[in-house]
Amino acid sequence: MGAAAIGIARQRNLFGVVLLSGIYSFLMATLLVVLDAVDVAMTEAAVGAGISTVLLLGAIYLAGSTESKPIHKPWLPLFVVAVTGGVLVYGTLGLPAFSDPQAPIHQHVAPQYLKEGPEKTGVPNVVTEVLASYRGFDTLGETTVVFTAGIGVIALLRRGKPRKRFKSRDSAKAGDGGGAS
Amino acid sequence: MRLDIILRVLAKLLIPFAVMFASYVQFHGDFGPGGGFQAGVIAAAAVIFYALIYGLPSARKVVPDALVEAMIALGVLIYAGVGVAGLLLGGNFLDYFVLAHDPVHGQHRGIFWVEVGVLVTVFAVMLKIFYVFAGRSRSPVDSEDAS
Repeated sequence: MGAAAIGIARQRNLFGVVLLSGIYSFLMATLLVVLDAVDVAMTEAAVGAGISTVLLLGAIYLAGSTESKPIHKPWLPLFVVAVTGGVLVYGTLGLPAFSDPQAPIHQHVAPQYLKEGPEKTGVPNVVTEVLASYRGFDTLGETTVVFTAGIGVIALLRRGKPRKRFKSRDSAKAGDGGGAS
Repeated sequence: MRLDIILRVLAKLLIPFAVMFASYVQFHGDFGPGGGFQAGVIAAAAVIFYALIYGLPSARKVVPDALVEAMIALGVLIYAGVGVAGLLLGGNFLDYFVLAHDPVHGQHRGIFWVEVGVLVTVFAVMLKIFYVFAGRSRSPVDSEDAS
């Protein structure tokens, strides 16, 4: 994954960058499977490696596939990134050890969810149970966020008049394709 | 793309399984890993795959634009509707216990419909983003190659 990340940073050809980020997402998905977070791994594989790769390829098609040379030297951003990363790593030192059962996050409501959840909801999958039932409001908010994102993209990218023209031509072409298959 | 027979045949073989897997992830989400979000993206990925192989216009024929746009809003409405149904049946907003006579069944029913709402919105948004991206063209002539 580190190699993929460095490759992404160094690569000037955006096609390569997109493929590398797809590889990165797949590695991330396997890592999440190793961590027993299968739900997240599924999403990562489908969105990160699948759909966003396709979207980025579409964007490359629209915008051209080589990155222009940067105007400024990259030292200041590199410094900021290094300092932020260092602070974050320093912050992890204060966290409880990985998969420590005594960690505060496992003491608050998690035992209750794990113990009562299956009986109360009759749903064996704890992720679904917490997501849809205990945290129903949060998930409603998430769905609204996705909805808002969709509306935003439509508002930005959808074009009024020319689109109708495209549509008529598209449907004509689809007619040809249907005949060929 | 249009004449590439290997891709076309393979896509025809794979897409039904992708859609099947999406519905499995959706409806089996109570018992195994998965749920509305995952199922939505997998289903959208299946349609995007179809669009890549067979061209954007034929995908637009299968899942029309108007339907996708309606689904974006419909999913959120289903989700919020479950909450309102709970209100009308005498519980709190998003309270599933009142949705059936047996509280556990009510939970089941509530979770099921909530996940359906998530599925519909996520699927439609993903597909719509792909449609608007792929529908644009650099020059007006070659809008076809974007897919």
